[in-house]
Amino acid sequence: MIPLEFYLVLSAILFTIGAYGFIIKRNIITIFMCIELMLNAVNLSFVAFARYYSLLDGQVFVFFVMAVAAAEAAVGLGIIVALFRNRQTLNVDETNLMKW
Amino acid sequence: MEIAIFLLFAGVAIVSAGNILIQRHPIYSALSLIVTFIALAGIYIQLHAEFIAVMQIVVYTGAIMVLFVFVIMLLNAGAEQRVPDKVHVVKYFGLPLAGLLIVQIGLIVTRAFSNEGISVDSASLNLTGNTQMIGKALYTQYALPFEVTSILLLVAIVGAIVMAKKDL
Repeated sequence: MIPLEFYLVLSAILFTIGAYGFIIKRNIITIFMCIELMLNAVNLSFVAFARYYSLLDGQVFVFFVMAVAAAEAAVGLGIIVALFRNRQTLNVDETNLMKW
Repeated sequence: MEIAIFLLFAGVAIVSAGNILIQRHPIYSALSLIVTFIALAGIYIQLHAEFIAVMQIVVYTGAIMVLFVFVIMLLNAGAEQRVPDKVHVVKYFGLPLAGLLIVQIGLIVTRAFSNEGISVDSASLNLTGNTQMIGKALYTQYALPFEVTSILLLVAIVGAIVMAKKDL
């Protein structure tokens, strides 16, 4: 049987890639995809713990996280479409009205 | 054998996740993310979470990523152009910080969860992958959160329509 740490380290690596991409990417759609990657990294931890502690609750939580991610994707992509219609750009450096 | 399959899926997941960052065009990033999700579904099957694995394929790669690709095509998004001075500062400070984050999380998980309190008996393990058990838990113990989720999805539908309306 594979040790639990393997799954947790994989989850940590994927989460860090998502967090790093969130910082360096300039395209708002790619930034949004990095958020989805971070959600998936956490899901992997949930499923690994559910398996190793022989509990079902972790998998139920993953179900809820997926529902939230679907809702988030629908609203977020709606915001992106509205943003593109108003500003004609997807670059986050050009939409800095609320930055300072 | 088990380890080899895990390492294969983990390698595919990490390489394709890194490819998201390397690619400049969002459509290539989206396709890399789909590969990551499918590799994660393989790992879920290895963890005896068959229901979650199928949900991963159907909901994530089937619904969410198709929505992403649809929006990328709709907006006709090109490759991202870079502002050199700003981005380079972020890149060179971000990489060591990302390495630090991996080391920190790795240290925490290897120290805190070093196999104590983990009971792996094969009799109860077979239950954890059972879709029937998840359905039972969803409609008894988690009935209220399950219903609240439907309200959340309704709010998301209304929100998406309001966002995409013409005269916002």
